[in-house]
Amino acid sequence: MRHIISVLVENEFGVLSRISGLFSGRGFNIESLCVAETLDPTISTMTIVTTGDDAIIEQILKQLNKLINVIKVIDFRDTDYISREMVLVKVNAEEKTREEILRMVEIFRGRIIDVSQKTYTIMITGDEEKLRAFLALVRPLGIKDLVRTGPVAMARGDRTIKMKEKQPKGGNEDG
Amino acid sequence: MKKTGAQIFVESLVAEGVDTIFCYPGGATLYITDALSDCDIRQIVVRHEQGAVHASDGYARASGKVGVSLVTSGPGATNTVTGIATAYMDSIPIVIFSCQVNTALIGNDAFQEADIVGITRPCTKHNYLVKDVKDLARIIKEAFHIARSGRPGPVLVDIPKDVSASLTEFKYPDKIHIRSYQPTYFGHPGQIQRAMRQIASSKRPVLFTGGGIILSGASNELTKFAEALSIPVTNTLMGLGGFPGNHQLFLGMLGMHGTYAANMAITESDLVIAMGARFDDRATGKIDEFAPHAKVIHVDIDPTSISKNIKVDIPIVGDTKNVLHKMLDILAEDKESFKGFQASIHEWLKKITKWKKDFPLTYQKNGGLKPQYVIERIYELTKGKAIITTEVGQNQMWTAQFYKFLKPRTMLTSGGLGTMGFGFPAAIGAQTAFPRSLVIDIAGDGSIQMNIQELATAVQHRLPVKVVILNNGYLGMVRQWQEFFYEKRYTWTCLPHPDFVKVAEAYGAAGYRIDKEKDVDKVLKEAFRNNQPTFIDVHVDPMECVYPMVPAGASLKEMLLV
Ligand SMILES: Cc1ncc(C[n+]2csc(CCOP(=O)(O)OP(=O)(O)O)c2C)c(N)n1
Ligand SMILES: [Mg+2]
Repeated sequence: MRHIISVLVENEFGVLSRISGLFSGRGFNIESLCVAETLDPTISTMTIVTTGDDAIIEQILKQLNKLINVIKVIDFRDTDYISREMVLVKVNAEEKTREEILRMVEIFRGRIIDVSQKTYTIMITGDEEKLRAFLALVRPLGIKDLVRTGPVAMARGDRTIKMKEKQPKGGNEDG
Repeated sequence: MKKTGAQIFVESLVAEGVDTIFCYPGGATLYITDALSDCDIRQIVVRHEQGAVHASDGYARASGKVGVSLVTSGPGATNTVTGIATAYMDSIPIVIFSCQVNTALIGNDAFQEADIVGITRPCTKHNYLVKDVKDLARIIKEAFHIARSGRPGPVLVDIPKDVSASLTEFKYPDKIHIRSYQPTYFGHPGQIQRAMRQIASSKRPVLFTGGGIILSGASNELTKFAEALSIPVTNTLMGLGGFPGNHQLFLGMLGMHGTYAANMAITESDLVIAMGARFDDRATGKIDEFAPHAKVIHVDIDPTSISKNIKVDIPIVGDTKNVLHKMLDILAEDKESFKGFQASIHEWLKKITKWKKDFPLTYQKNGGLKPQYVIERIYELTKGKAIITTEVGQNQMWTAQFYKFLKPRTMLTSGGLGTMGFGFPAAIGAQTAFPRSLVIDIAGDGSIQMNIQELATAVQHRLPVKVVILNNGYLGMVRQWQEFFYEKRYTWTCLPHPDFVKVAEAYGAAGYRIDKEKDVDKVLKEAFRNNQPTFIDVHVDPMECVYPMVPAGASLKEMLLV
């Protein structure tokens, strides 16, 4: 199953390789990984999309937590959350398709951010479904190039990530 | 007053209470080496950096204190990797200081540069590159704290040469605060209650305990608990010594070369109480058929160990000592709930006694001098009071089977990584921690040659370590697999070896040789009395195999017996 995890880490040299090394060393999948500083410049967020059954996801969460530089691991499995991703896609844009492309971009609330004689470069943000739908529409026109950021995620509503530090817990039901 | 990084290093070690380091010099260590020249820390200069790390590991395993080693950059640092990985797999608290090329040169493929922080990332609990001398004292403090707390493990600190020369104000931090690191020491009370209820309703419980009992110093609590309820105990290789090996309730080691009683008890048990064990494949056999009728309680300080290999019914994250304390409290308050349990446990113990009686550990006594006999004699002659280290292979398994470990920290062996060449330097480390104890490395003719150079270290520092080489002329454990599973083609495993007595003498150590059973006691006694480092080359039956054996991938009940 596909799964989004956010990891708050010390914004320090080498932390990214600890995380990616953990995934490769233990044979966990990374579909995408997105890293940037948070409001607090000493902390970064990594948003990781991974796949695995419940047992694997549980190991991933525990192994991440075990890393000394990891401050908090947020598993969006049990939370109502929103996630967004951005894609840049360069498509063939000929005389007769330009109009149609513009309309599609409009409908998907995207933007054309670069134009050449033969191509449009489109920026679209949205959740996975939306991006998939859009790409399916433009694919027949001929996609010349494509980059995706990978998703970032956040809990819905008032809930925020508390910068609470790791507490010595008494263990819990699922260890 | 400002101090150099090298001085700060020395004073920080003193502040941590370090009395011994295992080290080897090079260009990048020079400032530190120089600063160490007038201090009270004992410096054991080894002959290979792998030896330094194993020695610090042996020191840590024997004493419970953090072991320390110090090496130079590049090849000095890369030579430590096997030692670090060994300690990592067995959760041993050591701190490795590697020196590094000047900060300005890092990343330039400078002479003797190696990215040791990158190389050791997956085999350390944590590691650091010190980029600024101002961070040095704090990092050293953190390194020791991380190494010894929670689930212990190796921590590497890489110190560039210019950092060791730079000046700054020094104050060793008295407090430590790592916001992202807070191990869980106390088990969840509700979970412990649940576990106790499960125990009370079980009929065929087994305590299955590992190295965690030794690391947390829980061996008295474990013994009390097992005795209070008459629950039989089996140990993993790493758990040996955590429960008295001569105790009535002891089943022996379980697993691939475990006893019949231990493997059968697990197979027929209705409740496995695992403590400080991580369900390694060598202990569990085929995982789907491990304890097929049992519920599992698992106590471990490391949440990642729980439900990793096997689904656990009652997980308890916490230090085994604390959890056992709590369990004993519950037991004391509520004897009533265990009345039924007490009545039924005897059936189970009867069954176990029969297994023990019908299929004890044994060996065929015909043929040449038997390695198992040698180990039995070592046990009798030392009355189980020696500190034993082992190499890896048949020597290790026979030691685990035939020496009865009575106390924690008397069996030092590379369990997780299975590192040949561990035992001898580890014995040197243990001897450094306990100068008056009898320290014996039970070795193989193959393994001893992997760090034999450390004999020079032992001689130089008058460390009277005894090495009993069970010399079968083979890489015996691999040969055994070839005998069983590869039609007796002994490819690569029959290697000529030197005359170990002469080797010992050439190094300035003592050497003895034993070929016959009748000489075993006499020569061992004399060798153990000798106050020099000593090799005892025992020529044993080359074709002897380790039994019982559960073939790799088979379930525990499928044992090949003698
Ligand atoms: C560093 C290392 N290399 C290879 C192995 C694989 N191995 C496991 S046991 C063994 C044979 C050990 O031979 P010896 O020390 O003579 O012990 P014996 O089994 O004969 O008692 C080997 C090669 C290992 N465990 N460690
Ligand atoms: Mg051998």
